[in-house]
Amino acid sequence: MISKDQVKHIAKLARLELTEKETEKMQHDLSAILDYFNVLKKVKSQKIKTTEKTVELEKVTREDKVGEKHPGEAGDLLRLAPSTKDGYIKVKNIF
Amino acid sequence: MESLLDLTISQAHNGLKNKDFSSTEITKAYLDQIKKTDGALNSYLSITEELAVEQAEAADKIIATQKEFSPLLGVPCSIKDAILVQGAPCTAASKVLENYVAPYDATVIKKLKKDGAVILGKTNLDEFAMGVSTENSAFQVTKNPHDQAHVPGGSSGGSAASVAGKQACYSLGSDTGGSIRLPASFCGVVGLNPTYGAVSRYGLIALASSLDQIGPMAKTVEDTKIVFNAISGKDALDATSVEYQFEESEISLKGLTIGVPKEYFEKGMDKEVEAIIKNAIKKAQEQGAKIQEISLPHTKYAIACYYIIVPSEASANLARYDGIKYGLSKQESKDLLSVYVQSRGEGFGAEPKRRILVGTHALSSGYYDAYYKKAQEVRGLIRQDFINAFKKVDVIFSPVSPFPAFKVAEKVDDPLSMYLVDVYTGSVKLAGLPALSLPAGKAGKLPVGLQIIGNYFEENKILSIAQQMEKLV
Repeated sequence: MISKDQVKHIAKLARLELTEKETEKMQHDLSAILDYFNVLKKVKSQKIKTTEKTVELEKVTREDKVGEKHPGEAGDLLRLAPSTKDGYIKVKNIF
Repeated sequence: MESLLDLTISQAHNGLKNKDFSSTEITKAYLDQIKKTDGALNSYLSITEELAVEQAEAADKIIATQKEFSPLLGVPCSIKDAILVQGAPCTAASKVLENYVAPYDATVIKKLKKDGAVILGKTNLDEFAMGVSTENSAFQVTKNPHDQAHVPGGSSGGSAASVAGKQACYSLGSDTGGSIRLPASFCGVVGLNPTYGAVSRYGLIALASSLDQIGPMAKTVEDTKIVFNAISGKDALDATSVEYQFEESEISLKGLTIGVPKEYFEKGMDKEVEAIIKNAIKKAQEQGAKIQEISLPHTKYAIACYYIIVPSEASANLARYDGIKYGLSKQESKDLLSVYVQSRGEGFGAEPKRRILVGTHALSSGYYDAYYKKAQEVRGLIRQDFINAFKKVDVIFSPVSPFPAFKVAEKVDDPLSMYLVDVYTGSVKLAGLPALSLPAGKAGKLPVGLQIIGNYFEENKILSIAQQMEKLV
């Protein structure tokens, strides 16, 4: 069983606000899910390499060239930002 | 207008060619049907009526002057609301993206538009494609057109319901652990999950990038093939896409070796589903196929492996929703950190939160080896199981799901029982293989899909065999 403080710690790492009620529910759900993962302990996989990709790929590179953009794309992207100033995205002070 | 809604892509194409009807007429018929039926079905999150009418009129102009044109020209489709269509909302069924308007087209949309497709609207899904029932949508619960007390499956549930409910001629969905095949099975339509790399994911809102694939959902295997042919191929904007030219081939059931994984039939399968799948296998055998029992010994670890890898990747992919560049933003928060924390806390629903937490935990220092690394090792074993099997067999037949569509709200409070629904579809994805769901029969009112799994980039084999099986079941 995972503790409530652990849930709060993970949520903090994930930059995720949880209410008290959510924290309790997640404590219960995460405990059940992490328990279920224990089944993997039975697999002897130490000699096996990890598999990050399933289809073999060559290294994919490209020229450092600006691709074609449709007109107004920058404006469309900026319009989606919650706060802008002079064509820049505005954020709160970091310090 | 009933008959226009029953047409397959190829029938609609022939009708347009013969000028039996116009694209505008089919498009209006579908838009009317959506207005009439979507109050109950809830397949669509948004209707792109203006775009559809415009595209239909453009198609009719081409039809008036040209004798030969793409089979997709003027034929109306729906698009899962995780795929970007420029100028249309794209919400991923999340409050985070409730007001997001796509600034560009996904590559698959560019390809469909080039072929003259008509886009009717964006379909419902589980939030960020996380789920197996479409009940995790932040906005609405889609109903199964065959029985509205039941779920359509997920996460591409709106796409499947729109095709089954005659609200679109075909649809594009995406599959991470079964999200095309499961709703296709539950709603009685054909759904193809292509090989990892066969279709560009540029413009698909990412869930788990080592697994996500876009694929077609349609009324028939023939239609599925037409759409797959149109959307597949390498794209400079998705580095994981590969050079791939789909070529149709005819592969006879006679002399074919079909593998049946014994682990899939061991326990937990609904009796009616088992009977339907066994009947399909028997029908193939009657046509001269050789049936061979195979073993995929690591099947029992697939769900645990999958539900470590997916949340790990998802927790990284969803880090971008921080209230800064786009999406829900708590601007009134007191400082930058509070903007992140509160925007994410308010925007994400329960399932994304759960997966972000599981993923963050699995990747965190001290737990990484036990969870993430271990899962990546097991993934290699699961993949090897399939590689070994395909040394002996041409294709694999299995169920898509252990049971037909379950009832709305039946599993909603038990996330782990939802996860277990992916038992036959998740391992295929961990191996990166292509697989198709073919309607194979019904348990009462509810459709049951046969899963046809093929070797890497052998969609041609899957589709050819599925086309023959379609006539037999």
